[in-house]
Amino acid sequence: MKLESKVPEGPLAEKWTKHKFNLKLVNPANKRKYEVIVVGTGLAGASAAASLGELGYNVKAFCFQDSPRRAHSIAAQGGINAAKNYQNDGDSVYRLFYDTIKGGDYRAREANVYRLAEVSVNIIDQCVAQGVPFAREYGGLLANRSFGGAQVSRTFYARGQTGQQLLLGAYSALNRQIANGKVKMYSRTEMLDVVVVDGKARGIITRDLVTGKIESHSAHAVLLCTGGYGNVFYLSTNAKGSNVTAAWRAHKKGALFGNPCFTQIHPTCIPVSGDHQSKLTLMSESLRNDGRVWVPKVAHKGLKAKEAKSITETDRDYFLERKYPSFGNLVPRDVASRNAKMMCDEGRGVGATGLAVFLDFADAIKRDGKDTIAAKYGNLFDMYKQITGDDPYEMPMMIFPAVHYTMGGLWVDYNLMTTVPGLYSLGEANFSDHGANRLGASALMQGLADGYFVIPYTIGDYLANIGWNDKVGTDHPVFKEAINAVNSSVSKLLSIKGKKTVDEFHRELGLTMWEYCGMSRNAEGLKTAKKKIQELKNEFWQNVNILGSASELNMELEKAGRVADFIELGELMVDDALNRAESCGGHFREESQTPDGEALRKDDEFTYASAWQYQGENQAEVLHKEELRFENVKLTQRSYK
Amino acid sequence: MKITLKVWRQQNANSKGQFKTYVADHVSSDMSFLEMLDVLNTSLIKKGEEPIHFDHDCREGICGMCSLYINGHPHGPQQTTTCQLHMRTFKDGETITVEPWRAKAFPVIKDLVVDRTAFDRIQQAGGYVTVNTGGVPDANEIPIPKKIADEAFDAAACIGCGACVAACKNASAMLFVSAKVSQLALLPQGHAERKERVEKMVAQMDAEGFGACTNTRACEAECPKAISVTNIARMNREYFSAMFSSYEVKVGGGGE
Ligand code: SF4
Ligand code: FES
Repeated sequence: MKLESKVPEGPLAEKWTKHKFNLKLVNPANKRKYEVIVVGTGLAGASAAASLGELGYNVKAFCFQDSPRRAHSIAAQGGINAAKNYQNDGDSVYRLFYDTIKGGDYRAREANVYRLAEVSVNIIDQCVAQGVPFAREYGGLLANRSFGGAQVSRTFYARGQTGQQLLLGAYSALNRQIANGKVKMYSRTEMLDVVVVDGKARGIITRDLVTGKIESHSAHAVLLCTGGYGNVFYLSTNAKGSNVTAAWRAHKKGALFGNPCFTQIHPTCIPVSGDHQSKLTLMSESLRNDGRVWVPKVAHKGLKAKEAKSITETDRDYFLERKYPSFGNLVPRDVASRNAKMMCDEGRGVGATGLAVFLDFADAIKRDGKDTIAAKYGNLFDMYKQITGDDPYEMPMMIFPAVHYTMGGLWVDYNLMTTVPGLYSLGEANFSDHGANRLGASALMQGLADGYFVIPYTIGDYLANIGWNDKVGTDHPVFKEAINAVNSSVSKLLSIKGKKTVDEFHRELGLTMWEYCGMSRNAEGLKTAKKKIQELKNEFWQNVNILGSASELNMELEKAGRVADFIELGELMVDDALNRAESCGGHFREESQTPDGEALRKDDEFTYASAWQYQGENQAEVLHKEELRFENVKLTQRSYK
Repeated sequence: MKITLKVWRQQNANSKGQFKTYVADHVSSDMSFLEMLDVLNTSLIKKGEEPIHFDHDCREGICGMCSLYINGHPHGPQQTTTCQLHMRTFKDGETITVEPWRAKAFPVIKDLVVDRTAFDRIQQAGGYVTVNTGGVPDANEIPIPKKIADEAFDAAACIGCGACVAACKNASAMLFVSAKVSQLALLPQGHAERKERVEKMVAQMDAEGFGACTNTRACEAECPKAISVTNIARMNREYFSAMFSSYEVKVGGGGE
């Protein structure tokens, strides 16, 4: 198989404009003859479904939650980047492009990233027109802040809930199309398979989570906007329901999976408090603007936050300030995370588990006063206190890294199409724009760019080319086969009646992934992980216990299907991490580091995106490589010293 | 900690439900309320009993999916979401009663899970600004005084959980609907459609079977996002002025 990125010719800044002109258009009167399926209703899915409905296509949208508004985009806190240069501080489309490519450690496609930066300005306009209440200055214009160490203030935000406000904007546009009859919404409905006939995606198989009914839906094209797979680690900042099932089942039907091992681990999360822990909560990275990260110079087993004061200044190690004097506490996410882990590995971690470091605001409070700090971080401090019972005004916070975002995902070309014609992937579900590491405030940007401003153009070309007659009905034998296959895998799960719960398997998988394929990876550990995951897979299919029936709401059954897919994905992540014997972005291979312990990229060998092809049950997947060509930026090693 | 739980169990929408009593041993005060239920569920599965079904997703207080009526309060004793409620709020040996949201417009699906799609339909009726993707003005061409923007934001903070309905003895949805109406009534982007919007959303709210508002303010007291009842007053003003002006239009315009 040859991977064709379909990146248009021409100078970087003109590619998208030219491409849009060259794409075929669907005659307005014919749009209503086409049907499009959108799976997932987060920023990417809701914006795509709404925009396609507005254009006149007939859209069916699906989400497993009870309402499209609950998709996990809702939980994004920080903000959304856009190259508006409202602050006159030197920002531009090119600078946002450059920062994103560099931040991704040169493992993303130049043309895609440039387009992302280019349409970022339209996103803000669109959201404001919908009534999204962004933060404003006293003069009534939009406020910006610098985020995640960026040199310019290009981040738009809505208190600590930018994700919710943007999603409610997209949801309102979606609602308008639902009311117009252009979008039919299926909530509490999970996609369990993609149907491919004659090499093209023709529809999906779903399960109504309330009645258990398995149904087929046909369409001219299918869009998977189903988010990331961070929950493969069991503990992550993702919502409990976030899963890889739609993407994974598409992968098994022929869509290549890109860069699966690229995961982002966020440094400032609330540490695990015990075995009961069900998810991790992110504390906004803006806290690092004023908080100082430290551990004691010598190990103090079980040191509590309220005892932190007993460690004198000279006995503290402000390790980020010490090792990275120019960036200090504001080093990028991956560097901050890895260093916190190193301290804990040395035994200098704090808290009951020893898996935490302090984030201390005492100096900031002394310098700026409690009121100023409260105005900046009050809601975060309250949230921290609510969860941990400790008051950050009185004692340092305890933080530890947690899985937050997955840069990998379904491989897509410049048009966002996967390797299956007619099957697209948008937002976090695809692999496209963030390379090996995502910059803060760029996830929301990508989701909305894909949904509002890319897919409405690129899908038209495909639809115009195939023509509205080229559609397969749900009475086609392949749909029938797919329904039978889904039904039998559901009954198989229910028939096992073993001894372990789904969560027990999920936790075990998570521990393996975190241990061997987390913040730092090495060949030996990855091989161990592969073996463990294969054993876990065998055990799962013999020993999982799911009660209840398939013909009603059965949340254990839902989870079981998702965990089964996570197990298989976990193995592919390990394969990918093993193959990539370099350190880049969020992927740190211990074998590839500089003499002073920093990540070492190997551009000669690894300037490519990996794309894995499924070969069948328990078969090794085949790796394809998309060479990345950099015509506009020069590859440099990141340095934050 | 040891906690006794009286939990509403109901197999499906058509069956009759009942309370069942469970004892949760070894509850840690650091657990969230939902984690306590997770642990209980694991032990139920081990015993061959179907786990208690409840809605949840983000577990960080923003998606609005978690619910639960705990000891007579939606989302429990604190003004937060159930997923953010921690067991340290309760005492060792306490008995806790857990029920689903109770409202005609929120029918029970199973155990503690209810159907809140009525909220979606209310928003579909008019909770948007009519703009298509593209073709909008530059964002800074619409200056909005900070005070107005902040007020709109306060209304926009609603997470659509439905606690206001569960808290109200009339099962009224006024707090939710008024928050949605207020956000767009305050912002200039929403002005063109403000009359039709409030009329349609209120009509849908009534059609869904939510009760009337009798100003008991229980909703405001229980709302996890501190949505204020001043939104209800604002919506009432919007509604009456819309009704009045549509009447004028009809009279003045003659028949069409
Ligand atoms: S108004 Fe408050 S209680 Fe009601 S749905 Fe919104 S957030 Fe929930
Ligand atoms: S689970 Fe999302 S608000 Fe509680």
